[in-house]
Amino acid sequence: MGIDETSPVSRGFVGRRRSPAQAERVPPGQYVTSDFPVLSAGPTPHTPLEQWSFALQHGTKRLAEWSWPQFQALRRTLVTADIHCVTKWSKLDTRWEGVTIDTLLEAAGLTAAPTSYVMAYSDGGYTTNLPMADLLKGRALVATKFDDTPLPPAHGGPARLVVPHLYFWKSAKWVRGLSFIAEDKPGFWESLGYHMYGDPWKEQRYAGD
Amino acid sequence: MAWRAAEIVAVRDEAAHARSLVLAVDGWQGHTAGQHVDVRLTAADGYQAERSYSISSAPQASQLELLVDCVPDGEVSPYLTGEARVGDRFELRGPIGGYFVWTPEDGGPLQLIGGGSGIAPLASILAQRAVTARCLPTRVLYSVRTPQDIMFKERLEGWRRDDPVLTVSLTLTRSAPADWTGYRRRIDAAMLREVAFETPDKPIAFVCGPTTMVEAAADALVSVGYPAERIRTERFGPSGESI
Repeated sequence: MGIDETSPVSRGFVGRRRSPAQAERVPPGQYVTSDFPVLSAGPTPHTPLEQWSFALQHGTKRLAEWSWPQFQALRRTLVTADIHCVTKWSKLDTRWEGVTIDTLLEAAGLTAAPTSYVMAYSDGGYTTNLPMADLLKGRALVATKFDDTPLPPAHGGPARLVVPHLYFWKSAKWVRGLSFIAEDKPGFWESLGYHMYGDPWKEQRYAGD
Repeated sequence: MAWRAAEIVAVRDEAAHARSLVLAVDGWQGHTAGQHVDVRLTAADGYQAERSYSISSAPQASQLELLVDCVPDGEVSPYLTGEARVGDRFELRGPIGGYFVWTPEDGGPLQLIGGGSGIAPLASILAQRAVTARCLPTRVLYSVRTPQDIMFKERLEGWRRDDPVLTVSLTLTRSAPADWTGYRRRIDAAMLREVAFETPDKPIAFVCGPTTMVEAAADALVSVGYPAERIRTERFGPSGESI
């Protein structure tokens, strides 16, 4: 994408230039906010912790499942990352705490993921598809804390997926599990015109980008 | 998705801080009520900025209309609500969004809840309904801070006139004139019990506005019994801002 030679100049528009240091960290078409906007398709679910669990699923087979206390006992990882929402805002240096997908596989006794893709699924019916490779090597967390405090429901609490290198709709709020799938297939937004992969640096916002 | 050239063909003030931009867009293929577009502005030196705005015009309209509310410390909206004038050009692409949408086939009844400029996609839905589904019972609940913040006032009044199955309820959250007969508080469950469809009617709710307002209104809908899958939301703006 980047600068299109044919773009008409908007008379009188100056805009707000970013510092070179910031420009390097902000993908095309994004702007930096210090705020933390909330985007969701429906009302915010409020799942009591005693009813919460996180599962790894393969077809009808449950490979592993953790209750909230069991999940809290897993090895925790801190991640500081820039996040990029498809609605154009980026937020720099966000601090998350949770359990990496590597740790979950290990705790489930899996030496490797059984398939190359997963569908993350959430309370409220939300789903999003991801390549397994994007979730491994510490690139993804199931986060339960943001900025050292429990994740509020509006931001996806009690737990959300955090995959900072992809547009943030891939970081499913209210996540309850990962379902291993043999072939990639669209989740909620992906079947409504959004990109299957969602790399912010390639500006893969919508199908065909 | 391709970027298209857009030219401003008319501007209309909707409130002190908000403007409708009427656009002629090259090769525009139409939209579904509720959708939005991405707008891209280019400065003389090639610097570009992108933002998203909801479409407020009817899907049948020949020209696209966007409602832009000025974010005081924003980068794009102060330009679009201030400097920009008829004949100015930028780019847009879309339409975008496949969930916060309504077509006559989706039926209803329609419970529309807006806050501030969140009325924009609801106006597109109301315009669509006025053309193709006038018998569909529809209720609008619109929350703004002061009377001066009511956008599309005449349009709302026009739709409501002579339409026995459309109601429009307003609530003013900051200041109201002495003779104001509408609500004077933020949307809550008690208000919904009074003016919203009851759940046996199986309404579809569309809620659009600033984040805090949408969170509160959607939670209130759930608390009065609306099933989550019948509540579609569109949140925008800073997370702390409310109406």
